[in-house]
Amino acid sequence: MTDFRSDFPIYKKHPNLVYLDSTATTLKPYVVVESLKRYYTDYSANVFRGIYKISEKATLEYESAREKVAGFISAKRSEEIIFTRNTTESLNLIAYALGRKVVSAGDEVVVSILEHHSNFVPWQMLSFEAGADFKVVETDKTGKLPENWSEIITNKTKIVALTLVSNVIGVLNSVQNIIKQIRAINPKTIVVVDAAQAMLSSLIDVGKLDCDFLAFSGHKTFGPTGIGVLYGRYDLLKEAYPFMFGGEMIRSVEIEKSQFQDPPFKFEAGTPAIAEAIALGSAIDYINSISVAKISDYVSELSKYCFSCLKQEFGDDIEVLGPQSADERKGIFSFKFYEFHPHDVAGILDSFNIAVRAGHHCAMPLHKYLGYTATVRASFQIYNNKHDVDRLIFGLKEVKKKLL
Amino acid sequence: MDIYKEIILDRYKNPKNFGVLKDCTVAYTVDNPLCGDRVTIYLKISDNKVVSAKFEGSGCIISMASSDILLDEIKGKDLSEILSYNKDKVLKLLGIELGVNRLKCALLPLEAIGKAIAKL
Repeated sequence: MTDFRSDFPIYKKHPNLVYLDSTATTLKPYVVVESLKRYYTDYSANVFRGIYKISEKATLEYESAREKVAGFISAKRSEEIIFTRNTTESLNLIAYALGRKVVSAGDEVVVSILEHHSNFVPWQMLSFEAGADFKVVETDKTGKLPENWSEIITNKTKIVALTLVSNVIGVLNSVQNIIKQIRAINPKTIVVVDAAQAMLSSLIDVGKLDCDFLAFSGHKTFGPTGIGVLYGRYDLLKEAYPFMFGGEMIRSVEIEKSQFQDPPFKFEAGTPAIAEAIALGSAIDYINSISVAKISDYVSELSKYCFSCLKQEFGDDIEVLGPQSADERKGIFSFKFYEFHPHDVAGILDSFNIAVRAGHHCAMPLHKYLGYTATVRASFQIYNNKHDVDRLIFGLKEVKKKLL
Repeated sequence: MDIYKEIILDRYKNPKNFGVLKDCTVAYTVDNPLCGDRVTIYLKISDNKVVSAKFEGSGCIISMASSDILLDEIKGKDLSEILSYNKDKVLKLLGIELGVNRLKCALLPLEAIGKAIAKL
């Protein structure tokens, strides 16, 4: 296995850290940290306004980051890329700016039970406010979405919002196939894809996927916190209301009326997260220098090793949510360990410098649906290795020793 | 610091005050939907003092052990004294340090006791 670990500065300070919470946020490589620093030390000026060199440099770098994102997901034009704070803001933006415009009483808004709260609650609230029918598509017990959507989509379906990879189950959903069916039944349906967990699992082409909107966060893709992306089909972005009002999004303001910029600026009111956007561009450069396919393969290999170790060591005493094979897993393992409380498992693992998540992972409906209150979640990325898996197994053995 | 000390684990595995108090004066349940923890506190009160106390519920080791230890402490005490208990008091009784995230677990029974007394 190739060693990517040395690309990540945190291991210098914490050489023994076993970081297994990449689903919450990934670690940041040197190139991203340096990119952030470069903006603040070399050209920390505002974008779009300054008629001086360092402001022009900042504007150029900011817009170049937008182009990198567009290229990364094969958007037709960079104006289809809106910088937000994170996936949550991207999804709320579209629910607010377009959802309110297109959804009326009697319409249907569809999500799946797999959604985390930020792709669930905005649509739930929108439906309640508009008097629309909020439909939640269930999965089978392994978290697999139905293959056939002909009974789900109707001529009243205005919006379908789906996750590509669940942050609990960690399997790539066949969203492309689902969208094909949606298009055949009701071509007017707006399809929103939550790609927060998917960017490092599968190379995304928004054209091939045929979605109308796609949201992801910088910080789950080796980028900084505070920067997210909303991709939107240009004609739909043009049709949508502005999200927030203020600087940068204005064409003209008079006492009687105001006029707004075209997308993407219409949705980027105020000074944006300049350094973070530029550093997200550097994260994409880093990803491309390895390739999404290689990252995904590496994590899949590690997932297979982890799954077989967990099962070999603990058998039925560990219940891993989702399909009972490692083949489709994208580095995410949510599990129940004996009857131990997830907080206790995570607390004891932490005493061995093993960082995992415990709770419902912002996916309460899915946990309830599958019959759990909370679970422990271990997730892997390219900086993890087999030694980290071995440490996890060791840590779990210690948990068992202590609590059983 | 190891928060899973022997004394805490022992309180979790063999609690002294676990159960229902049938002749209680007041009972109160609090829960933390985020982690599914739930504690019900039963208090029998006479002359403004807690004369007996029990708890039941389910949760992590910290919340369960904290419930058991705290009930030992409040027995025989005046209600006004119990109402003055705070975070530092609970941590001192447990003899451990807790980060912000786990503090909620330790303080769950204190919240239940306070709300039970307020209900009187």
